Amino acid sequence: MAVMTYLEAIRAGLRQEMQRDPRIVIWGEDVGVRGGVFRVTEGLQQEFGEDRVIDSPLAEGAIVGVAIGAAINGLRPIPEIQFGDFIFPAMNQIVEEAARMRYRSNNDFHVPLVIRAPIGGGIHGALYHSQSVEAFFAHVPGLKVVVPGTPYDAKGLLAAAIADEDPVLFFEHKAAYRSLRGEVPEERYLIPIGKADVKREGQDLSIITYSLMVSYALRAAEALAQEGISVEVLDLRTVRPLDRQAILETAKKTGKVLIVHEDNKTGGIGAEVSAILAEEVLFYLDAPIRRLCGPDVPAMPYSPPLEHAFMITPEKIAQAARELARF
Amino acid sequence: MTEKVLMPQLGESVTEGTIGHWLKKVGEPVEKYESLLEILTDKVNAEVPSPASGVLAKILVEEGQTVPVGTPIAEIAVEGAEGEAAPTAAPAEPSAEAAAVSAPAAAAAPVAAPSPSAERGRFSPAVRRLAREHGIDPASVAGTGAGGRVTLRDILRVAESAAHPAPDTPPEAAPTPAPSPAPAPAPAPAEKPAASPRPLEPGDRVEPLSQIRRLTAERMVEAKTTIPHAWIMVEVDVTGLVALRERWKAQFQEREGVNLTYLPFMLRATVEGLRAVPQLNAQWNGDSIIYKQRIHLGIAVATERGLVVPVIRDADQKNVVGLAHAVHDLTERARKGRLTVDDLRGGTFTVDNTGAVGTYLTYAVINAPEVGIVTMESIARRPVVVGDAIAIRSMVNLCLSFDHRVVDGADAARFLNVLKRHLEALGPDSALY
Amino acid sequence: MTPELMKEIYYYMALSRAVDDRMWILNRQGKAPVVYSSNGHEAAQVGSAFALRRGEDWIAPYYRDLALVLAWGMTPREVMLHVLARAADPNSGGRQMPAHWGMRRLHILSGGSVVATQNAHATGIALASKMLKDGRVAVAYFGEGSTSQGEFHEALNFAAVWKLPVVFFNENNGYAISVPQRKQMAVVDVAAKAAGYGIPGVIVDGNDPVKVWEVTRAAAERARRGEGPTLIEAKTYRFVPHSSDDDDRAYRSREEVMEWKKRDPLVTFEQRLEAEGILSAEEKAAMAKQIRDLVNDATDYAEKAALPDPATLERYVYAE
Repeated sequence: MAVMTYLEAIRAGLRQEMQRDPRIVIWGEDVGVRGGVFRVTEGLQQEFGEDRVIDSPLAEGAIVGVAIGAAINGLRPIPEIQFGDFIFPAMNQIVEEAARMRYRSNNDFHVPLVIRAPIGGGIHGALYHSQSVEAFFAHVPGLKVVVPGTPYDAKGLLAAAIADEDPVLFFEHKAAYRSLRGEVPEERYLIPIGKADVKREGQDLSIITYSLMVSYALRAAEALAQEGISVEVLDLRTVRPLDRQAILETAKKTGKVLIVHEDNKTGGIGAEVSAILAEEVLFYLDAPIRRLCGPDVPAMPYSPPLEHAFMITPEKIAQAARELARF
Repeated sequence: MTEKVLMPQLGESVTEGTIGHWLKKVGEPVEKYESLLEILTDKVNAEVPSPASGVLAKILVEEGQTVPVGTPIAEIAVEGAEGEAAPTAAPAEPSAEAAAVSAPAAAAAPVAAPSPSAERGRFSPAVRRLAREHGIDPASVAGTGAGGRVTLRDILRVAESAAHPAPDTPPEAAPTPAPSPAPAPAPAPAEKPAASPRPLEPGDRVEPLSQIRRLTAERMVEAKTTIPHAWIMVEVDVTGLVALRERWKAQFQEREGVNLTYLPFMLRATVEGLRAVPQLNAQWNGDSIIYKQRIHLGIAVATERGLVVPVIRDADQKNVVGLAHAVHDLTERARKGRLTVDDLRGGTFTVDNTGAVGTYLTYAVINAPEVGIVTMESIARRPVVVGDAIAIRSMVNLCLSFDHRVVDGADAARFLNVLKRHLEALGPDSALY
Repeated sequence: MTPELMKEIYYYMALSRAVDDRMWILNRQGKAPVVYSSNGHEAAQVGSAFALRRGEDWIAPYYRDLALVLAWGMTPREVMLHVLARAADPNSGGRQMPAHWGMRRLHILSGGSVVATQNAHATGIALASKMLKDGRVAVAYFGEGSTSQGEFHEALNFAAVWKLPVVFFNENNGYAISVPQRKQMAVVDVAAKAAGYGIPGVIVDGNDPVKVWEVTRAAAERARRGEGPTLIEAKTYRFVPHSSDDDDRAYRSREEVMEWKKRDPLVTFEQRLEAEGILSAEEKAAMAKQIRDLVNDATDYAEKAALPDPATLERYVYAE
């Protein structure tokens, strides 16, 4: 099995899907000749031509709106939004159009569409190149929101997203692109959307997280194991729909839950996970649910000490988990 | 002075770069901001300017090689003595500043644990549910959580010890006890790969060291290379102990909910030995010896993740029954990976029940900074001379490794003989309670 | 244009006006909570529809387009099921407000209420048609107020750059609800905006179905030839308020409305067909009766049709 970076796994997934389905078309800003600013689509235009890997005008609303129309008339578009931070001009098309096309037409129309966008920070991206935008979309019925945390999951979830008959937001963590490596099968495989994954078994407490924070949580868990604290790490992988069963199971098993995400705390995924736990498994909880999240500031500042203060680190996760374990 | 050129981070998310082409040769002068080399990354190809004016003194990474961001790739010999011009600080300063500024923020993060009084008598929903299900009064359970809070695990422990008796065999232990894992968040030591790679043959499996294995290895090497180990052994007739255990076994199980093994008797005898020979309840302290007031006995437990040595605190304050419960609790939690840091800290002497794995002689490694470790070997029925006759008796060997810097041979022998006397004094009619 | 086609166009204009009038009656009876009308726009809508391959090409209509969807093949029964929010409404199963058209079978794209989004959708449909070479043209319909939206411009630009087979059909009736055109834009003609994207902008009398048919046909043929999009501005007027909840007396004079009424496309086109001897008095009477019967039937049918079952509320959020 080949070892790939997170980015290479996504590129390999795109290539594999485009080879097997001529209806798949990619467009977005700089995705063609340049291969994307992160180079995720590098080489794809050479392989599949300018008709299938399109450098589009710089207008996110149109990038998504055009994709909706194209999907309805028979293509399987995979538009790219260059940074998650730039997705807001397309908010109306995603939330009011793509997400509810099936519902508003009483199942007459649907929009098989995958919108790819990099999220997250820690790469000196500052206020407009670092945001975690998943919670905005996780709120919206009709959307699916995928947030892979490993190269293997990224490829398998991408294939599943493309095969899905409903609009999927596929959020890639930009700090993971080149820092995460792992074994990725050559052959096509699908990881079901909406299924969480226990990345590490443990007894004393559960960390529920997703995206880049999965690898950070695993590092924290490894460190804590040396202190005799056994940590379970649940990777949500999809934040809409949430895998309620997996969330409830891990909470029932350990009785202590720490939710970790880089996105702002208030109204984040952690709030929803907490609410699910409070509704369903109160009598299994041995400690208050804890959230370790990005602070409630508009976004991540540029200057290194400010950026560092914003970012969740393995050390911060370990510290929060240690306190929870002691409770 | 020289100025190091580091592999720069060319673009967000880039973690490494490849040297494309050196534009300067070693020995050539270079101006600050003049292009020094070409770098290729998977995002961009770019010329990298010199950080200082001077002479390219050394090329550390050759063309075509790929190195992580931040790796030194060249050295510039900086001309003149203009200390002010030394640009070294430029790249370093922000990160130092970052660390300085963010440190207090990080330090502020840990929230003070609730005070003990706040948590006594307050039970989590899980504790209430479980306590009700098992008919346990949570107020009667000793809490191990923050501020003495009764945790879910505390209730489960009480419930389990009531409902599920321990297995019929004494707790397993490995032949050589390892020291307890390092307490607290000890940073992992740098990897030291074998000096020359071992030749591999088809089918060989290479497994990286786990953290626990690495720590065990380090502490074993430390113990064996710094402590002058000495070793003695005595033979003990435990026929009476065997009869005692036979008599009580079933009843004990029913009454206490845990199995009655030989280990608690051994622990009890060890406590007597340490009281008589306090030189063995001590620690080597470099230029001094610390004689410990309290007796905390470590017991070696083999687990799936490796060997651990949880500690029975104040073992001298427990009778055989109390010791049996303590052994049961610690071995159970050790196997489930639920030991706390405190469980593994503070031992003053170690007992290893090697008989459980069927050995008759063990040369155990001392669990530094303790100065002794005693093993209880397999009990065997053997013909022995009793008076003038030959009788079949249940015999066991006790082996002691001791730190010869602290303990003399005579004291060591005296210690083992106390254990021997104590164990041989036991008979079917001895009191358990 | 053949006399037969002219008669057919007239028929759909008259049918639409009759259905429209009935909707208002149902509203005033309290049976239809809200209605949106195409009253006044019939010539622009029906004329353009007949210039296209109805049911094969794609249309992305907006809420003003009752006459368009009738001409495209939606039946009066289907319209009434929608107006009365019945379970069998083919547009949305009673989920959307009236005049939010959409029928996949007829290639009528489902629309929302935020204006100008359909311009981007039509562009995307055209992009797919170009790639899949299905020969279809997509036509987006929208009011002049929509041309202030970013997506109007984004869509025109995208389609122009990629020379997509799409037609942008503007029905300019001078008002976005109450806001007159002069407060909406600083140009006199919406068509002038085409110049900014390097595509033709065509102005046509939206009350003359024949002229609308001609320019739409030309734009569709241009699109099919691969020469790219056209912006058509059909200047017209709505004779009724924006919706049944609006009172247009607040923002326009009765004199202005009466002046435009003199050019009611249904009346002027009828006069023309009679004058040219295309439509006899008997034919006209027969057609009127046919339309009356159809509208009565559609109303009765829809009123008797079942309302949606509340148990279906959570269906079709995702594929089932």
